[in-house]
Amino acid sequence: MIPLSWYMALSAILFCIGVCGFLTRRNVIIMFLSLELMLNGVNLNLVALSHFLESLRGQAFTFFIITVAAAEAAIGLGIAIALYRSRRSVHVDTVNQLKG
Amino acid sequence: MFIQIFFGYCALMITLSGILAISLRNPVHCVLMVLVLFFHMAGLYLTLNAEFLAAVQIIVYAGAILVLYLFVLFLVSLREELHLDAFIANPWIGRVIAGGLAAALLYVIPAFTLGEKGVWSVEAIKQVTHTKALGQEMYSTYLLPFEIGGLILLVALIGGLALARRDEGATETNAADEATTPLPAQSDHKEAAQ
Repeated sequence: MIPLSWYMALSAILFCIGVCGFLTRRNVIIMFLSLELMLNGVNLNLVALSHFLESLRGQAFTFFIITVAAAEAAIGLGIAIALYRSRRSVHVDTVNQLKG
Repeated sequence: MFIQIFFGYCALMITLSGILAISLRNPVHCVLMVLVLFFHMAGLYLTLNAEFLAAVQIIVYAGAILVLYLFVLFLVSLREELHLDAFIANPWIGRVIAGGLAAALLYVIPAFTLGEKGVWSVEAIKQVTHTKALGQEMYSTYLLPFEIGGLILLVALIGGLALARRDEGATETNAADEATTPLPAQSDHKEAAQ
């Protein structure tokens, strides 16, 4: 039997890998991908807690998180395409029109 | 013993492919690394007796969302991307923040205590199978969130269409440009001929 803390530690590490990717990459698409990594870390935590708490609430939440992640990917990648169409670039540091 | 080794293998692969996914230069390689990560994630769900979620993880995440990412990556130009810097100007700030967050989270994990246990023990789920148990919860307790989830998907569909569609005005001007640009060239030719 695997203790709960192992799962929680792994999901914390996965979440922080996602945070690191979101803060350091220039490409908007890879930033969205890092967001997916963060969501997966949270999903793992919820499923593990749902297993150890003997309740299906966490797994239902995971199901909804996957739904929202699909919607977020569709909208975010649509924004990335619109950005590329107007700027010919998907790098966040080139989008500084409002910087003043 | 086997399950611990399996967990260790999955954890190692998840960590390695996650780190590679955020540090590789070619975005397509990043997406493929995330694909490897999602498969091992599904393996971890299997160790937690969540077979339906493991299947959904592979079908929706690996099958649909990552293919969407790959298509968008092929729409933007990759050839320039390979020669540009993959990271922002000073990435160590972000790395220090993420490392500090990881240390803080790992530090507070031992203080966690489990709450009250629910009604769906492993034996209860085994009696009705996992998919049926989750479906029963989803269509009774979480019926309203389920409907809202469907609405969110509809909004995403319409929003994606509206964002990715070209403007009517833009296409008209493009068509007008294409229609007008050959004309001066022709007149030039005529002038040259005259």
